[in-house]
Amino acid sequence: MTNTPNAIHTAEARLEVLTRINRAAQDMVAPVKPPYPQGEVLSREAILEQFEDRILDYKAGFLRVAPAGVAQAVATALAGETRAVVPQGLDLAWLPAELTLLRDSPRLSHAELDGIGTVITGAAVAISTTGTIILNHVAGQGRRALTLIPDRHICIVRASQVVQTVPEGMQAVASSVTAGQPLTLISGPSATSDIELVRVEGVHGPRQLSVIVVEGI
Amino acid sequence: MSGLHPQLPFPEAAKSELLSAQLRSNLRKVTHTIREKRLSAVAELPYWEELRVLGEATKNEALAHLSDHLLELEKNVKARGGQVHWATDAQEARELVAQIAERHQVRELIKVKSITSDEIELNKALDERGIHAIETDLAELIVQLSHDTPSHILVPAIHRNRAEIQALFNRELPGEGHLSDLPADLAGAARRYLRHKFLTTKMAVSGANFGIADTGTVCVVESEGNGRMCVTLPEVLVSIMGVEKVLPTWDDISVFMELLPRSSTAERMNPYTSFWSGVTADDGPQEFHLILLDNGRSKVLADQTGRQTLRCIRCSACLNVCPVYERAGGHAYGSVYPGPIGAILTPQLLGMQDHNANTLPGASSLCGACFDACPVRINIPQVLIYLRGEVTKDKGPSVEQLAMQGMRLAMSAGWRFEGAIKLARIGQGPLVQDGTISWLPGMLGGWTQSRDLGAFPDQSFREWWRERQRNQAKAGAPTPSDKSPANRDAKEPGEQV
Repeated sequence: MTNTPNAIHTAEARLEVLTRINRAAQDMVAPVKPPYPQGEVLSREAILEQFEDRILDYKAGFLRVAPAGVAQAVATALAGETRAVVPQGLDLAWLPAELTLLRDSPRLSHAELDGIGTVITGAAVAISTTGTIILNHVAGQGRRALTLIPDRHICIVRASQVVQTVPEGMQAVASSVTAGQPLTLISGPSATSDIELVRVEGVHGPRQLSVIVVEGI
Repeated sequence: MSGLHPQLPFPEAAKSELLSAQLRSNLRKVTHTIREKRLSAVAELPYWEELRVLGEATKNEALAHLSDHLLELEKNVKARGGQVHWATDAQEARELVAQIAERHQVRELIKVKSITSDEIELNKALDERGIHAIETDLAELIVQLSHDTPSHILVPAIHRNRAEIQALFNRELPGEGHLSDLPADLAGAARRYLRHKFLTTKMAVSGANFGIADTGTVCVVESEGNGRMCVTLPEVLVSIMGVEKVLPTWDDISVFMELLPRSSTAERMNPYTSFWSGVTADDGPQEFHLILLDNGRSKVLADQTGRQTLRCIRCSACLNVCPVYERAGGHAYGSVYPGPIGAILTPQLLGMQDHNANTLPGASSLCGACFDACPVRINIPQVLIYLRGEVTKDKGPSVEQLAMQGMRLAMSAGWRFEGAIKLARIGQGPLVQDGTISWLPGMLGGWTQSRDLGAFPDQSFREWWRERQRNQAKAGAPTPSDKSPANRDAKEPGEQV
């Protein structure tokens, strides 16, 4: 970190910017922030139903199964695909027996990942209000490139991981952020509305997203 | 347009933009579509107004102790293996990016859409050093391939319709030539073109939607996945962040993850948001630089009325509801920040002595729709009026002020007012055609430049009323004059004095 380009120059700029800001803000007083607004609190069942509704609205796949049915649900989401990359730490009982597992160890190159069609992961938490899955890229989810380059992402979420609101979801990953982990918030497949504001699902990120919610765990 | 700097005063720039019927039709369509969608996305949250108030307070809190939060952000990014640089202006920021690229002997880099990088005209500067910056956001790619400039904060190619993009991609993208005009096909072509670049390019440049001081975290909000590609796959990542983007704590981010997507793309949540803190071992770029940019922001912060502008989270909701933006389009503002927010941000960043930028606060009818739409409650009309005052403040007593003093005198007594009307009726003679005045001499010409003035009628209301009273007294019954105001052509009712 001592090897910064133009280090002296930057140090001068740093002092200059901070001085200007301090002078500019000297009359400012921080306001008292109001509490975070609360909406209606939903029941567990209503939260899961809302989550399903939001996921489907993003044109992603959704399946809700008992623990015993996960492997079958994954097989359905695979849609005929015979191999998938799977991060360390994912519960192997969730995967169909006939699936060829590709491992990220030794690390797969970008080109190798580009040749793999599907990735299967868990998640850190999910938010029903917005249909959002949060990955904190610990065991069971893999590094960021794993869930980015393959074109299909199958994400297995435990029902107990689904919270209702955005602040609940962000709070649930606070400790991993503090620990330095990166986060990826995923709400449906990759999309763009850049041409005449017509939403097109599937640009650079995974073009297909399937979410499997496992009940009772 | 080049970066922040308008090359023409707004009225002149708008005049040529207004000539394009295609542009106006594209703009009307998209702004109306997104307006409706935003309203329904916002209506889903019954506590939307409370969220806006919280967003406003959170930003105000961050700005009140801005340097403390920036220092904490710096400390925490460094503690997690990142490097932090400071830039007082655009030139310094460009130099920093170029030096990092040169140190890695990079001739080509990939970019996530970043208005801050457009503000500092980064691509042009890199180009001059032999470094090609590839825009990876679909709309930015369209703008770059057509050697155009962005016209909207969220959808920079909003002024282009699908047929224009079809022709562009068939012409410019290697291996294409038979694309249809379906948006899905066009997006597919962009994917094919950029895929290899994402997988192999060594360095990326991004902006930052938010920086979080207490965790040393930077955030990029996006839709297509190009952002994830750029912040994950290259070996070196440089993020340029305006100093006003910092939030004190991780707890502060939630309200913006609710406010921004619904205001911006009118979605419950945008498809992808990336957060990273410095460098993560075995995951993503192993060299990370954060450039903290002032470039006029501290000047805006010093102004008690203007500083609320720095709350802006670049959602573009104010553009989509603005009647002036809808007609004039983004290019008329001559800056990377168009629309209502641009009309207050651009002149403040450049300083009110900039003779092109200081016309921008006039680009508004003061209808207030922008304030209602703003997720962080920037009172844009208030700042517009304030800045209009700032422009004229230093000019001393003007002809306009003298004219207004004359008006005050004339209108303070009935007899004076009637006399003035009579004089005006005589004076207007040669200017009236078909009951309207389309041209006024001298500085009064400003009024008729873009609208007609209704001529003073032959009979004023007071005169009509007196005549009516006389007739009633004579006939003992009401006989309204055939020239009564009610019967007259009420073409421009507001403009008849």
